[in-house]
Amino acid sequence: MTDSIIHFDKVNKWYGNNFHVLKDIDLSVAKGERIVICGPSGSGKSTLIRCVNALEEYQEGQITVDGTALTDDIKAIEQVRKQVGMVFQQFNLFPHLTVLENLTLAPMWVGHLPKKEAEDRAMQQLTRVRIAEQAGKYPLQLSGGQQQRVAIARALCLTPKIMLFDEPTSALDPEMIKEVLDVMIELAGQGMTMLCVTHEMGFAKAVADRVIFMDQGQIVEQNAPHAFFDNPQNERTQDFLAKIIGH
Amino acid sequence: MADSFVPIAARPAPIKTEGLVPWVKRNLFGGWRNASTTIFLIGLALYILPGLADWSLFQAVFGANADACQAARGTGACWGVVTEKWRLIVFGRYPFEEHWRPELATGLMVGGLIVSCIRWFWKPWLVLLWVAILAAFFALMGGGVLGLAPVRTDLWGGLPLTVMLATLSIFLAFPLSVLVALGRRSNLPAIRTVCVIYIELIRGVPLISVLFMASFMFPLFMPQGVTIDVLVRVLVGITLFAAAYMAEIVRGGLQAIPKGQLEAADTLGLTYWQTQRKIVLPQALAMVVPSMMNNFISIFKDTSLVTIVSLYELTGALSLALNSDVEWRPFKIEAYLFITAIYFTFCFAMSRYSLWVEKQVAVSRTR
Repeated sequence: MTDSIIHFDKVNKWYGNNFHVLKDIDLSVAKGERIVICGPSGSGKSTLIRCVNALEEYQEGQITVDGTALTDDIKAIEQVRKQVGMVFQQFNLFPHLTVLENLTLAPMWVGHLPKKEAEDRAMQQLTRVRIAEQAGKYPLQLSGGQQQRVAIARALCLTPKIMLFDEPTSALDPEMIKEVLDVMIELAGQGMTMLCVTHEMGFAKAVADRVIFMDQGQIVEQNAPHAFFDNPQNERTQDFLAKIIGH
Repeated sequence: MADSFVPIAARPAPIKTEGLVPWVKRNLFGGWRNASTTIFLIGLALYILPGLADWSLFQAVFGANADACQAARGTGACWGVVTEKWRLIVFGRYPFEEHWRPELATGLMVGGLIVSCIRWFWKPWLVLLWVAILAAFFALMGGGVLGLAPVRTDLWGGLPLTVMLATLSIFLAFPLSVLVALGRRSNLPAIRTVCVIYIELIRGVPLISVLFMASFMFPLFMPQGVTIDVLVRVLVGITLFAAAYMAEIVRGGLQAIPKGQLEAADTLGLTYWQTQRKIVLPQALAMVVPSMMNNFISIFKDTSLVTIVSLYELTGALSLALNSDVEWRPFKIEAYLFITAIYFTFCFAMSRYSLWVEKQVAVSRTR
């Protein structure tokens, strides 16, 4: 595919010698495409997206991100990480820095922006996630939902082409899930390429171009959301959907 | 009709209207165990304190009068020994008529330490200030410049030596320990091995033997005609010793940093050193402040061991001052109490400062 921004070609990954966590993964993500990945825990969905920015290495196959082949080469990894932002389940904000400092750190040290410019950009992103008034606070002084929105803003400060979300709402209280999803939906509306591991099926229906179901390290089924939810083909997918929607 | 939710307005906590008597009653005499402990301790104080006050104050001899001290022996303290000998204790074998030099040098060094503890002075020029202080310290102590008579380093002694050894070895050991701790967790096997061997080797021997090696064995391995000052060798020995222990303290802090912090830094594209400097070390070091300060205090007191390689720091200078003097030798206890007070002042200050630092670094953690 010519216009794919992320390409997995027969990717295999093992943890140690025996745990085959990704099996023959073939996947192409088009520019601007929004993909939701779901599946039972241990199915390899987090590992899959963590391979995209080289937080995990893989043993066989080839991953290409925005034209750069991901290898052990540190330059290639740096190149890819410049294009890819990531949001974690546990936020992973830096607790010893204020919200503003969390956001300006990478633009100043990696992007070599002057402080003033980095701060302007940070405030823009904080406004975008509607949390600008908290810029001077420390992360632990904020609620979980606010922290996750700060984490999204931090990733956006590096103007990535691709955003990875690794269960961004799983550690949140129910009341705070919506504020994070709203920000993500907005981001999706602005043409960002998104790979999102989540069980928020409402979100998947609202914004995903494609939903991928993984089990035991394989991509079992992928389809447009309404076809995926209304008419799942694979028995395993039907079973999974019945479990997460059935209550 | 559905009930509407009406939040209860927040109220201030009840104010304690207690005076001294209820406080004493509750905290000192609440229950028979508590009360009997209090009574026991009061009794103990009444038993010890009058005798102590009598010995240290009322029956004590303050003048430098050896005969009066002799007469008061057993009933009163002889602070006269301090009056008589304090300069020898504090400055050791340093030439008597030049004592203003170590006095000034120590003053500069202690002043520099106090200034460095104050947040307002944490500016880049503090480094320059320290360069100046150290230059002044060695110029004053060693002489040979600005018309000051040269004084050999083996004549340096007492408090200046203690303060200098402790300060320099802490300053040098701290960055070294951070590097060694990072090295021990490095992905590169060669670096990791070197750091592990260094730490384990140093931890396997007592400081005394490190000092012995630095002082007596090291010169045997040096080429003919090359000599390194014993003070430098001892300083390097203490530094290497202290750094190994401190490295393990730092490593404890490093291990407490969640993996997610490193992943976030990786994702943002920070390099290894940027990650360590900006993310890992600030958090790791903040966590180990109490044990680190514990170690600093220990180094300060461990400098007294350099006596065994003939460097007469505070403790050594005390023995030197009294052992050769038959008249005053019997009053060693009073002299020891004197240097105990000096050690205590320094160590207590360090301990209180550590509490303050702990409060400062805790700011980001509190809600």
